[in-house]
Amino acid sequence: MGSRASTLLREEEIEEIKKETGFSHSQITRLYSRFTSLDKGENGTLSREDFQRIPELAINPLGDRIINAFFPEGEDQVNFRGFMRTLAHFRPIEDNEKNKNAAASEPLNSRTNKLLFAFRLYDLDRDDKISRDELLQVLRMMVGVNISDEQLGSIADRTIQEADTNGDNSISFNEFIKVLEKVDVEQKMSIRFLH
Amino acid sequence: IGNMLKCYQSLMLIIPFEMADIFYFCRRGVESIVDDEVTKRFSAQELETWNLLTRSHYNFRHISLRLTVLWGLGVLIRYGILLPLRVTLAATGISLILVLTTLVGFLPSRELRFFLTEKVHVMCYRICVRSLTAMITYHNRENKPKNGGICVANHTTPIDVIILANDGCYSLIGQAHRGLLGMVQRAMVKSSPHIWFDRSEVKDRHLVAKRLSDHVADKTKQPILIFPEGTCINNTSVMMFKKGSFEIGCTVYPVAIKYDPLFGDAFWNSSKFGMVNYLLRMMSSWAIVCSVWYLPPMNREEGEDAVQFANRVKAAIAAQGGLVDLIWDGGLKRAKVKDAFKEEQQKLYSKVLVGEQEQGDNKSSEENPEEDKSYHGSANGQ
Repeated sequence: MGSRASTLLREEEIEEIKKETGFSHSQITRLYSRFTSLDKGENGTLSREDFQRIPELAINPLGDRIINAFFPEGEDQVNFRGFMRTLAHFRPIEDNEKNKNAAASEPLNSRTNKLLFAFRLYDLDRDDKISRDELLQVLRMMVGVNISDEQLGSIADRTIQEADTNGDNSISFNEFIKVLEKVDVEQKMSIRFLH
Repeated sequence: IGNMLKCYQSLMLIIPFEMADIFYFCRRGVESIVDDEVTKRFSAQELETWNLLTRSHYNFRHISLRLTVLWGLGVLIRYGILLPLRVTLAATGISLILVLTTLVGFLPSRELRFFLTEKVHVMCYRICVRSLTAMITYHNRENKPKNGGICVANHTTPIDVIILANDGCYSLIGQAHRGLLGMVQRAMVKSSPHIWFDRSEVKDRHLVAKRLSDHVADKTKQPILIFPEGTCINNTSVMMFKKGSFEIGCTVYPVAIKYDPLFGDAFWNSSKFGMVNYLLRMMSSWAIVCSVWYLPPMNREEGEDAVQFANRVKAAIAAQGGLVDLIWDGGLKRAKVKDAFKEEQQKLYSKVLVGEQEQGDNKSSEENPEEDKSYHGSANGQ
């Protein structure tokens, strides 16, 4: 009965998260109660199994890649700060933020950072390049067994051919940004957080 | 080369993959991390206002001294007065059921046995209901389940049984337990036909179905009480109904049970609390307040299979009780979701990529016969 009280969020922590991610106070407390409800082990961190317990995520073809995005390189647990930092990428861009100068460090939910999140979903080995092999693997995750290797290969080849401008047969982050410059990333990579 | 270019172009027409396609899955995935429909059904629902119970104390912070004093008073009343009274009543009720059903079981005459069984059961259940201080409102009692049918209800807690049995006689069906519960089960069987299964028999669906149909075929036997969800859900939604009980082909009497969590949340979170712990929590809440609606009987219609029938009944119960109607399986409380669902999602996306089967195959057949064959193969596999 008392364990919840010991893991209540302190005010200072809420302020820090607010500054770092831009979420409002009530959004942070709401997401904190979501975090604790997912944390079955009640140790203040989430493991990959905790995420996989969500059925709607488990049936998502890219579920494992998305879960992976929450965990920093080589780690198996994510704490609340890390959780919020990753979720912050999906905060909608508000109008007053659009005109802000990039004087301060770029907010986590800027267009570039949203694109970086998506780029990292493709970039399996985190070497800042999407190779043909990585693209194939991600495509395979999305289509399952329903498309043949050859067809999938042609899709991958065509995609790289269209995007690759420096001829190294892989897609760098800048090439990725160029390919998606006409896409409304702000809307597609934002979700509504209730207040 | 000219042919290959033509082939490439035709592929471009029918395979519109874009790197931005990933955004859809990404967003859906993160949305489900922030809030999903299933995991929140397996823990007690949050209250809008505090009801002076520490157990409902999720996000409410310390507000004032007066409230804390009120809470302290509440603790005294609940643990000092209400709990002992209720425990005594419950003990009385259970011993009475054990003693009286055994006694009735000794009687020679069948009609007398049935008559007395009803009286004994109703009396004992009434005692148990008082011991929990359950305030029950029954609606539409003209639709009460009759002999030779099955009563289905949404499942929140084992107390559902007591709440329904308070107003009528049912045959129960379930797993044979050991210990105190097992004793109670064996005593109950002596005077009326309940169906208890061993663990091993539970897996045998034909055996279960046979025993069920035999029971409902006998019109003198009471209606069977079944909870098709198979597990306790937190009373905000109704989850998938297992089709077994809907295959038998008898009349189904749906019942909707809705608890008001303000005076005490009745949901049994079996992974967190054992039975005794749960009962103590129930008896130290303020009260259990619930409404029971008896819905009009339903029969399987022409051309409807068991699953559709089950979903129809589920929708009726959800609509009456004001609960969310979900297709997810309550078994997800403990088990992982089946891979088949992920494969469904993958299939849907593949359809977007390659369109209908007819459009794609004639153009590339000369150049890449193997590719064409494997495409046919995967399409036919659907």
